[in-house]
Amino acid sequence: MSGLVKPLLSSRYGIEESWKLANAERAGAYQIARQSLTTRKPAELKDEVKKANIRGRGGAGFPAGVKWGFLNKQEGEEIYLVINADESEPGTFKDRSIMDLDPHRLIEGAIISCFAIDAHVAYIYVRGELAFSIGRLEQAIAEARQAGYLGERPFGIDHAIDVHVHSGAGAYICGEETALLNSLEGRRGEPRLKPPFPAVKGAFGMPTIVNNVETIASVPDIVEMGGEAWSALSRLPGDGGVRLYGVSGHVNNPGLFEAPVGITMRELIDDYAGGMLGDRPLKAVIPGGSSTPVLDPRRKVDAPNETYPLHKWHGKSEIDVPMGVDTYRALGTMLGTCCAIVMDETVNMVEACRNLMRFYKHESCGQCTPCREGTGWLVDVLDNLCAGRGAIEDVDLLVNISNNMMGNTICAFADGTAMPMLGMVQKFREEFMEAAINGVPDGVRHDDSVRAMVGGGA
Amino acid sequence: MAFALTPEREQEVDDILTRYPARRAALLPVLWLCQRQNGWITPEVVEYVAERLELSTSIVKGVVTFYTMFFDEPVGENVVWVCRTLSCDLRGGKAVQEHLESKLGCSAGHTSADGKFTLLKAECLAACGQAPMVQINDYYYENLDLPLLDRIIDTHAAKGGQAAAAEFSTFASYGAPSGSASRSATSVPPPPTEEAVRLASQPPPASNAPSASNPPPPGNTTGEES
Repeated sequence: MSGLVKPLLSSRYGIEESWKLANAERAGAYQIARQSLTTRKPAELKDEVKKANIRGRGGAGFPAGVKWGFLNKQEGEEIYLVINADESEPGTFKDRSIMDLDPHRLIEGAIISCFAIDAHVAYIYVRGELAFSIGRLEQAIAEARQAGYLGERPFGIDHAIDVHVHSGAGAYICGEETALLNSLEGRRGEPRLKPPFPAVKGAFGMPTIVNNVETIASVPDIVEMGGEAWSALSRLPGDGGVRLYGVSGHVNNPGLFEAPVGITMRELIDDYAGGMLGDRPLKAVIPGGSSTPVLDPRRKVDAPNETYPLHKWHGKSEIDVPMGVDTYRALGTMLGTCCAIVMDETVNMVEACRNLMRFYKHESCGQCTPCREGTGWLVDVLDNLCAGRGAIEDVDLLVNISNNMMGNTICAFADGTAMPMLGMVQKFREEFMEAAINGVPDGVRHDDSVRAMVGGGA
Repeated sequence: MAFALTPEREQEVDDILTRYPARRAALLPVLWLCQRQNGWITPEVVEYVAERLELSTSIVKGVVTFYTMFFDEPVGENVVWVCRTLSCDLRGGKAVQEHLESKLGCSAGHTSADGKFTLLKAECLAACGQAPMVQINDYYYENLDLPLLDRIIDTHAAKGGQAAAAEFSTFASYGAPSGSASRSATSVPPPPTEEAVRLASQPPPASNAPSASNPPPPGNTTGEES
């Protein structure tokens, strides 16, 4: 077990005016970029990232080093780096902290990454709501340009690098990488058919790497420590390093924490987030953004056979399995963005589910029929269940609609809607049946447990 | 009336065009400039943008209607977005919306009678750890309780968006916001464990007010209406 002696990603968060170049530089910013560009070869840097086993921090968990390896530049092509800062997955609020409190770490990561993958331009696509973060980033970019870290000859070498911020305008789907590219190009944010994948044909028809903010912000540490050493900070094999964990909902100290990959959900809630609010029992936790199927602490891992990946945790609660991309996949959920939504026993799961499905209905881009119609249909059925107009068959209808959405659309949005829907019905079926018979009783609102705290009247 | 950007903003459009290999990529940034100047995207704005970027008006309109933050109808002086997705609702998002509806005298989706506030429901604004929260114009206001919310709204009404932002707005906050002393008790960091790194507490927002040299976009969406 590796202990995180000092923070890495968040090491400069506490510095006064940490977002200013002078302050960030006093704490080490741009040293790795300078060293990388002046003394190392792009192939070496790529190799460090590959050895770091960093799984993409945007939610899909694809190994970033492998993604970089897909690039195969042809004559006359230019490679682009696009940094995905369209953080919109319900429950997720980690990338904003990097942009607000340490924008220079992101820019330094972008410089090293551009050099490594032979790109000259990086676009940071930030969701439009984060106007403040956009201002911070633009200011930091201007400072870095002024200092000669960006521009025609960064750190005096012959490899021009520039970084631009591109503001979105309110659309969750633009976090999907090809929708993001369309939005960057001035189009409606509708996902593209794949293949071709962005590494072959991405922004402006050119080979493009799209990485999450946290992934790119981890690059300086990876290069400094060396990929293998950084990877070893994790408690899990093949899923390296440290990452930002978020906790929201019914805990005493909601917020962000930096910790090694592979802590358990129980640790995250109890040790990091200060335990359950009012000591009420944990009912359910959505582990990594709303598209990841819910975990139920009552359920035990069933992996009696030694060949099962989760055998080591056989018989333990779902929330005692280490949080990793592969372990969570084996558990039937996803690690996603590693930002958990914690719900105590006062929450009605049908109501919580309806809340999330409304989100998906609102955010479906409308391009594919199963998604456009399916999300709306799910909300209609859930509305009926909550209002007491439902029927027992409606519970299976939810499953049926979800199954017909999965895999039938251009992008993963429909799967990201259907999977948590199926998970909810699978794990809390009795509550859906109860709603089908009696509705959700008047007055059951999932904010009940905190209404007094907020000061809201009846 | 034909629409035109101010000369400074025209300059900015030229600058934006240098960032992309294709002219059309400037569409979102230019629409943002127009909305900041004009408050909303009128048909005249659509025509102006189409001409400036050599696109058809239908393409511009198609983009405007896709994104929730581009307004294709007039909005109040301040736009209040209440986050109602799950993390916020678990911490009182619904109470925040109901309170605002009664305080502003209009339901979500509408503008107050005095034209000062447009109240809108938002889907997740990525501030889940600081729930409940609202976005007003370009700024986030987090870890809300109803008395704090009252002060924020009252300051907007009395002194305007920038003054309210300087006093109450928050960014990537990890501790209690300075404007909410009453809530600090709920945000005491947990005892440090060996591996846990509780991320630093947020500096007071007032000191983070945008500097004059590089201000984030103006807090008032109606900006410099002429």
